[in-house]
Amino acid sequence: MTETDLRTHAEDIYEQFSDQLDISVEEITERLETLVNEYKVPTSEARRSVINTYLDEAGMDRDDIMGGGNEQKVISDVDRAEEWIDLQAKVVDLWEARSDAVAQVGLLGDETGTIKFTKWSKSDLPKLEEGKVYALRNIVTDEYQGRYSVKLNRTTTIEELDEEIEVGDDEVEITGALVDIQSGSGLIKRCPEEDCTHVLQNGRCPEHGEPDGDGEFDLRIKGVIDDGTQVHEVIFNRDMTESLTGITLEQAQEMAMDALDTSVVAEEMHDRVLGRYYTVTGPTLGRYVLANEVEEPGMPDHEAVLIKARSM
Amino acid sequence: MATTPTRKVARRVFAREFNDATYTFKESDDDRAPLYVLLPTGERANRIFVVGTLTETEDVGQDSEYWQGRIVGPNGGTFFTYAGQYQPDAASMLRELEPPEYVALVGKPRTYETDEGDINVSVRPESITAVDEAVRNRWVVETAERTLERIEAFENGSSEYIQMAKSEYDSPIETYREQAIEALESLDSQPEATAD
Repeated sequence: MTETDLRTHAEDIYEQFSDQLDISVEEITERLETLVNEYKVPTSEARRSVINTYLDEAGMDRDDIMGGGNEQKVISDVDRAEEWIDLQAKVVDLWEARSDAVAQVGLLGDETGTIKFTKWSKSDLPKLEEGKVYALRNIVTDEYQGRYSVKLNRTTTIEELDEEIEVGDDEVEITGALVDIQSGSGLIKRCPEEDCTHVLQNGRCPEHGEPDGDGEFDLRIKGVIDDGTQVHEVIFNRDMTESLTGITLEQAQEMAMDALDTSVVAEEMHDRVLGRYYTVTGPTLGRYVLANEVEEPGMPDHEAVLIKARSM
Repeated sequence: MATTPTRKVARRVFAREFNDATYTFKESDDDRAPLYVLLPTGERANRIFVVGTLTETEDVGQDSEYWQGRIVGPNGGTFFTYAGQYQPDAASMLRELEPPEYVALVGKPRTYETDEGDINVSVRPESITAVDEAVRNRWVVETAERTLERIEAFENGSSEYIQMAKSEYDSPIETYREQAIEALESLDSQPEATAD
């Protein structure tokens, strides 16, 4: 946590209390610094603690500043960790919590896109239902590997709203060369357990171990599209893989059966698609783009580039 | 913001600029730190993507197979690529392909010093695939665009790598603009584009 980040928090707090209390941004920054730098308190807790101190001094309730204190954001605006915000969003998807510490985890959506949320068990908040729209106040942003999420905490308020939100799918379009096909591509087997989509590796599922019964065959490509300035990891599902490579699942199974080896499928796919240019459209999930559409781009306008080159 | 090691972008560069990129460096002391060549237009390259005409393949190995491939660009420059036992897929491609053929190559820049003291720049392949002319033509336009972008940045900006290029190299940057123009013009004059 840098000085400037703390100062930003301090400015937020200052705005909340400047009407009621005679305080300065410097004074708040100092309090935050003491907690964060000397006592190694996480910034979010430090912020909470400092706000509580001022609430006491001003004789105010936390409710007095809620809603007014945070910025009402849309999901695509979330671009910083440890920011306290309010969102109006629909619960798009609820996932299975993998830890007892997590009460609910899933995906929130608004017109601008989707974002992962986590609700801690210890926060003791009401249950969110899939498909419903809520006003969520006092939630904290987080970031992991370049991907943002929000956390609901003890101070969060949840209000169910009687409205509908058309969730945007933060779709991207990328054009570039397919420069790599990663392992786990080609003809794969998925865990046969109900609702499990894990890919079996040497017959084992990371969750279910060696499952009863045979895995289910599927086709997939995890590829890298590179346009010379940026790289994107792209997942092509069975449909997309079939249309990209011209190899159907049935054909792939035959190829593997003939060779007594599934890796021949990935090798054939390498030969057919690696080093070619594609335009891929689809939503992003984590660090991946999920291909919904794939096409070969047309020839770029080389005359325009030539004119630029000559005029430089 | 958390930073994780991410895959390095594959730069687009014409062979003549690439072969001038004789200066290599690492950005940390770690043995596994990525190795970069410094492009004369002021950009670092840890990986490149090339499409061109494979004109010749030859097993230059002494004890074991070591394949050399020559990949020629639209303005006459030639990329050299070498694949041995540690690049089995690329080596078998070079063994099996029958030049001339358009190929796409993804790989890492490597340099070596000859007995005469010259520094040769080559590509250690990650993959080699046979492609068609449309892919090659698209690569030419894209590589011209990326090259011009680097030249623009070189002339107007002052990134770390531009500074480095200015102190390490002395060939005039104008050369690379002329080569980009030459490459683009070849698309007009050679509808059935052949190796230069």
